[in-house]
Amino acid sequence: MSRPAISRRALVGAGVAGAGLVGAGLLLRRGSAADGPRAPARGGYIRVATQSSSTSDTLDPAKGALSTDYVRHFMLYNGLTTIAPDMSTQLSLAEAIESDDLVDWTIRLRRGITFHDGADLTADDVVWSLRRHKDASVGSTVATIAEQFANIAKVDRETVRLRLTGANADLPTILSQSQFLIVRNGETSPAGNGTGPFKLSDFRPGVRTLVVRNPDYWVPDRPRLEGIELISIPDEVSRVNALLSGDVQLINAIDPRSTRRIEASAGHDLLVTRSGLYTDLVMRQGAMPTGNVHFSAAIKHMIDRPLVNRALFRDFATIGNDQPIPPFHPLYNPNVGQTTVDLDKARWHLRQSGVGRTLLPVYASPAATGSIDMASILQEYGARIGLNLAVNRVPADGYWSTHWGRHPLSFGNTNPRPTADLIFSLFYKSDAEWNVSGWQNERFDRLLIAARGETNQALREEMYGEMQQLVHDHCGVMIPVFISLIDGFDARLKGLEPVPLGGLGGYRFAEDAWWEA
Amino acid sequence: MAKILPLIARRIGSALVTLLLVSLVIFTIASLLPGDAAQEALGQSATEEQVAALRAEMGLDRPGPVRYANWLLDLVRGDPGQSLVANMPVSEIISERLPNSLLLAGLTAIFSVPIALFIGIASAIDRGGRLDRGLSITTLSMVAVPEFLVATLGVLIFSVHLLWLPSIAMASSEATFGEMLRSLALPIISLAVIVIAQMARMTRAAVADQLDRPYVEMARLKGVPYSRIVTVHVMPNAIGPVINAMALSLSYLMGGAIIVETIFNYPGLASLMVNAVTSRDMPLLQACAMIFCALYLVLMLVADVVAILANPRLRA
Repeated sequence: MSRPAISRRALVGAGVAGAGLVGAGLLLRRGSAADGPRAPARGGYIRVATQSSSTSDTLDPAKGALSTDYVRHFMLYNGLTTIAPDMSTQLSLAEAIESDDLVDWTIRLRRGITFHDGADLTADDVVWSLRRHKDASVGSTVATIAEQFANIAKVDRETVRLRLTGANADLPTILSQSQFLIVRNGETSPAGNGTGPFKLSDFRPGVRTLVVRNPDYWVPDRPRLEGIELISIPDEVSRVNALLSGDVQLINAIDPRSTRRIEASAGHDLLVTRSGLYTDLVMRQGAMPTGNVHFSAAIKHMIDRPLVNRALFRDFATIGNDQPIPPFHPLYNPNVGQTTVDLDKARWHLRQSGVGRTLLPVYASPAATGSIDMASILQEYGARIGLNLAVNRVPADGYWSTHWGRHPLSFGNTNPRPTADLIFSLFYKSDAEWNVSGWQNERFDRLLIAARGETNQALREEMYGEMQQLVHDHCGVMIPVFISLIDGFDARLKGLEPVPLGGLGGYRFAEDAWWEA
Repeated sequence: MAKILPLIARRIGSALVTLLLVSLVIFTIASLLPGDAAQEALGQSATEEQVAALRAEMGLDRPGPVRYANWLLDLVRGDPGQSLVANMPVSEIISERLPNSLLLAGLTAIFSVPIALFIGIASAIDRGGRLDRGLSITTLSMVAVPEFLVATLGVLIFSVHLLWLPSIAMASSEATFGEMLRSLALPIISLAVIVIAQMARMTRAAVADQLDRPYVEMARLKGVPYSRIVTVHVMPNAIGPVINAMALSLSYLMGGAIIVETIFNYPGLASLMVNAVTSRDMPLLQACAMIFCALYLVLMLVADVVAILANPRLRA
């Protein structure tokens, strides 16, 4: 994203830094600054517990669907690019990714990199890994993104040509996602043989993943840990207990309510990642009364965002403004006016919408983080302006296929995506599959397509800025806050840095972390 | 003996019918759940074409009755099928989890049964006395406390504050027996609390019922020592209900350990089955259900046989 002038062969040699040099600066909530910096030590085994794991755990990057999968895949495999903590794109397995027209891309691979089984990394592996996503029987979770790969061909041993269906300046960023990690040529169901910092030692779906240090790793001085055991403890209270009792050294997905327990412990710290994750209220534009512009305006003026932040997330959230680009995003448009709670305005809009006292059901579910409480807050504020909302609480199981966007008012939940283009293309483009509010905006669609092929960075930023304004003003979604991701760790574990794309250092903590005994 | 063998044969026959019906019911109910394995695997962000392709890959495009019939035929041949989401044979997944569940249930039983019997018999003998009232209040409150509370309090006290026991039960194959016992201590205690209480209540009731019988009075009048009356005369008559209570508790330990498995992250069968439901992995779900059902039927059968063998009047 903040790749200044990616356009003309700008990425050539842009970041030898690759996976790695993301320094020692710890961004912790407290402590750590007091004790002086020490040189990272090598060695140490840690156990990491995430919130989800089941028999659907996989070693195939293309099938990765949950945070546990992403963490596992980043330990074993490398991508062509990676995302740094400042959300800039860095080269990893690729030595250069270049394009003159943002349609035809040439990817040149770094030499001398080997897979865990000793084979050299070549263009064939990259071609195979990228082509797999186009094969429906693979079940790739990013198949929709891979649809823009028109042609993937090997040029020579180290070079791949990737032709897109249309210009896309974000390609290097897209390739940093865990699903696009590189597997060995010909492997139909990859089983851990990657080029990554750790080698697989034991994998039992739903039970554990054990990895040991890859002594031949191509990034100098990485990884520092000797081994990692990745397990999952689905119950949040148990996960926190396991951290506090020393049975695990790193956990993710901590409820804001549990943060006090970790802050109170001398040997533990929090890693707070401001992220683009949000829970939104979807107002179907094709249905009445939610399709009425005054109705959505009333809802947007009715939500008390600071209250949501304080009461639901103990201030571990960032105030949102009904558009999906968070304030810390490089393309954020600060000129979009912040909507605040204003019950008089809301009442006026509500009267204009002509809803009256009709009872409107709002569908909320544990599947969309915080949605049940948000619905209750809306109900309470609605009562003050004469809007009659009923909170329909439904189970998480099957929520996305049966309720999300299927009712005039339902809550959704969207994970952070690496680029603004992806967020807009997947959720806001008029013909997008998950444009669940069903808003249609011609100008928005035109800007979105134009921005992909725009080589002038300033112009591009302006376009994304206008798109944010359009969504804010007209789209049928209400985004109260962006939810921060909270991880907890043993204070002896160093080298963790928040990456806004996901907890556990953008799922990539393993490569840089070290243990200070 | 002549009575027992036909009984076992009859029971096995009806058990097979029960298993068939259970599998049919599970299959029907599970297909009523919204979404299928393909949708769950691809998640929120799947398109229709992707789902259709994966469905074909998983064989979910065939009609339900056909899938059920195929599954049944394979099972008869001894193959419980292939897990839809893990891409592994169901037998392989189960063979890893089943020993864990049996281990936890077995150790809990070894720990609970003697204590429960002792509490039950002691309070029956001392009916109305101080000991009985004390034990009754204790067991009743143990029954009333939910497992998750016992487990969570146990973790807070013994793991987080005292640092004596691990908060998660890692079933690792490299662990020694001592290490394993230590890591299983909290799960066993959490399960035992409720099992002991239930078994003790049932034992007390069964023994107390017998103690009211005329033959006990007669034995006392003849001067038989009270301890001998209880062990030699009362117990063989009370054993039927007691064994039944134990069998019920043990079958609960297999499938009902889900909360304890979740809190301690113990890789047992119960959490596997919940997994199978949420991922709509039918072959795995069916296999788990069959195991639970079969174990339950076996335990009930064993309880009946033991009751007959232990009771001279039934044995004849």
